[in-house]
Amino acid sequence: MSSLFAAPRPPAELLFREAHVLDPRNDLDEPRDVLVRNGVIAEIAAAGSLEASEGVEVIDGAGKHLFPAFVDPHVHLRSPGEEHKEDLDTGTRAAAAGGYCAIVAMPNTTPVIDHPMLLRGLIASAKEQAHVRVGFMAAISVALAGEQLTEMAQLRDAGALGFTDDGKPVSSAGLLRRALQYQQLCGGVIALHEEDATLSGAGVMHEGAVSAALGLAGIPAISESTMIARDGLIAGHEGGRVHFQHLSARGSVEALVQARARGARVSAEVSPHHLLLTEEAVRTLDTRFKMNPPLRGEDDRAALIAALRDGTIECVATDHAPHSRDEKTVPFEAAPMGTTGLETAFAALYTGLVLPGTLTLACLVERLTAGAALFELETPTVAVDSEANLCLVDLEASWRVGESGYESRSANCCFGGQELRSRTLLTLAGGQVCYRERSFALSAA
Amino acid sequence: MRHLLSIEDLDRDEIERILSAAAFFAEVADRPIKKVPSFRGRLVINLFYEASTRTRSSFELAAKRLSADVLNVVASGSSVEKGESLHDTVATLSAYGPDVIVIRSPHAGAPGLVAGWTHAAVVNAGDGKHQHPTQALLDVYVLRQRLGSLEGCDIWIVGDVLHSRVARSCVQAFIKMGAEVTVVGPPTLVPAELAALGCNVRHTLEHIGEADVVYALRLQQERMSEDFLPSLREYAANYQLDSRRLKARQLVMHPGPVNRGVEISGELIDSSQSLIIEQVRAGIVVRMAVLVEVLSGSRLRDPGGQRVAVSAEPQLA
Repeated sequence: MSSLFAAPRPPAELLFREAHVLDPRNDLDEPRDVLVRNGVIAEIAAAGSLEASEGVEVIDGAGKHLFPAFVDPHVHLRSPGEEHKEDLDTGTRAAAAGGYCAIVAMPNTTPVIDHPMLLRGLIASAKEQAHVRVGFMAAISVALAGEQLTEMAQLRDAGALGFTDDGKPVSSAGLLRRALQYQQLCGGVIALHEEDATLSGAGVMHEGAVSAALGLAGIPAISESTMIARDGLIAGHEGGRVHFQHLSARGSVEALVQARARGARVSAEVSPHHLLLTEEAVRTLDTRFKMNPPLRGEDDRAALIAALRDGTIECVATDHAPHSRDEKTVPFEAAPMGTTGLETAFAALYTGLVLPGTLTLACLVERLTAGAALFELETPTVAVDSEANLCLVDLEASWRVGESGYESRSANCCFGGQELRSRTLLTLAGGQVCYRERSFALSAA
Repeated sequence: MRHLLSIEDLDRDEIERILSAAAFFAEVADRPIKKVPSFRGRLVINLFYEASTRTRSSFELAAKRLSADVLNVVASGSSVEKGESLHDTVATLSAYGPDVIVIRSPHAGAPGLVAGWTHAAVVNAGDGKHQHPTQALLDVYVLRQRLGSLEGCDIWIVGDVLHSRVARSCVQAFIKMGAEVTVVGPPTLVPAELAALGCNVRHTLEHIGEADVVYALRLQQERMSEDFLPSLREYAANYQLDSRRLKARQLVMHPGPVNRGVEISGELIDSSQSLIIEQVRAGIVVRMAVLVEVLSGSRLRDPGGQRVAVSAEPQLA
């Protein structure tokens, strides 16, 4: 049984002409014609060599890039319970607009996805509403209370991709150990939000010079790093499969390296905001810069970039966390944690890391798709006979984030107002067209 | 100056301008009739989300001595208790057409938000653990009255600096006026990162004899339950200011309210080297000067405004 769900649509019939195809895993990095028939890549040929047959839309790809579409292992779709922030429709529209073909939704909804019946209901909704494919994580502990394991095997049977108490740490080492033992029975990645609550306290930003100057309670980097060290040891001891979410600090990268060196089966993700912003942004007290884990120091940011570049951290995850305007229009300390990210991830990282030469374009595309394999999903690929999971991107286009609104229901984007380079023009997910950029759709018509 | 949100926003000239105006109002305060008509017909709203005795009462007195109408809104007993957001409360109060909103909030940055939501000038009367600019201005005022200048003056701030908006504002203001500032207290309450404010960081009173001025901070009882301190007794043993530790020439300040016998001994509070009551007295005239400063700033930048511009120089009618 597949663990990704979306609303059915007619399969795409498209010919991308002369698009620059970049798929690092297939050593593809040159202009090509790519023919999609019945939602499947039917032919990849020399640029300008393919003719469209009847019923096939021709997309002029000249000067544009065609990538395998992205996979985000960490988003919050807020459904059920907080549909005023986001829902399956708006959240997956945002994903499609960002070039994503698949996303993984966290279970910290209201109610928490901790029971098979709730998960079945959510999957049924996704089959009606989702524009890209969605995988659903279930909770590790009932109500995320950290006390009692959920019915993990039954949740897996109901379609859970894996387990996480994201938003909260699994504070009890004993409970995590039991979950990893149970994982042997039911499978599914266990993804961990790492934070020691006794170290985080009432913190609202990174503990450092900026928090000291502003008088804001700080969350020290060791709050995250010590838990990664602990859980790396537990994972290694049990032979379990653990994924560390949203790394934010140098010490966390070091703890990850140590765990892996001891043979633990651990992987990790990093978010665009931790790769591009630091605690300095919080000086404005703008609530869009309030997230958990918090934006940290420049040295942490440098360590995260280096780890992503060399593959220590395998993938990028947005931790897309929508909040309504009213909820974020309050003083910094009173605001909820989180930033949206699906619509800006590629453009922000392309602008901030690829254009200055910090990261190659191929590496970025690889890291934006690598989350799939970590969550036991098929990796999008530009290859004949593969299902079409593609995004067409204009690297030359520039746009101001938020200027023409968002596909997401929420506008709490930490890159809001920034001028970014590159724009997603068209996204295919599971062989179906799920997004067309407005002006591009008009010119193509 | 349009609003007074943080000492960071002020340069030395602006501070001196405010303090000169305060000195003028101090003369008025010695007269039998203590009012000036500068703010006649104007509305000052005191919006207080935290308990306060001296800050609120001195802002109220300052506004009244300028002949303003004053509306006091406190969180308890207001629509805030019914869950109204800060934004909606400010929008509602702004409909009354206030000239100045004075706000105290438990949250850093709240005054800056309010400034974006109202046409009134906004004065920060304390936001979270972030800033308390009028306290710092009145402290500079008192020290200048006593010492003439802060240039080269060695000022030690003792106590819970981490949780103190007074300390943050005072460190910045004292440094802007040319003083050398040292913060001192246990490492749990005076972390090394505080050096980011531009001050020295120490953890013992060993060299306190070097200080010209010693500024004690209030120690909040809740710091014990949060494990910042093992006990008040131990804190007092290590950091209490008393006449044994201080020389008679050293001036002593405290923003109030004091915990007698905790951060400072009773005899020191009542001694002639204590400036604590002078600080309270200065609170009124400095806040009068601040109200005049922000109101003149707001009118000068509001060409569509119907009202006559208020001069930055205080005037007697």
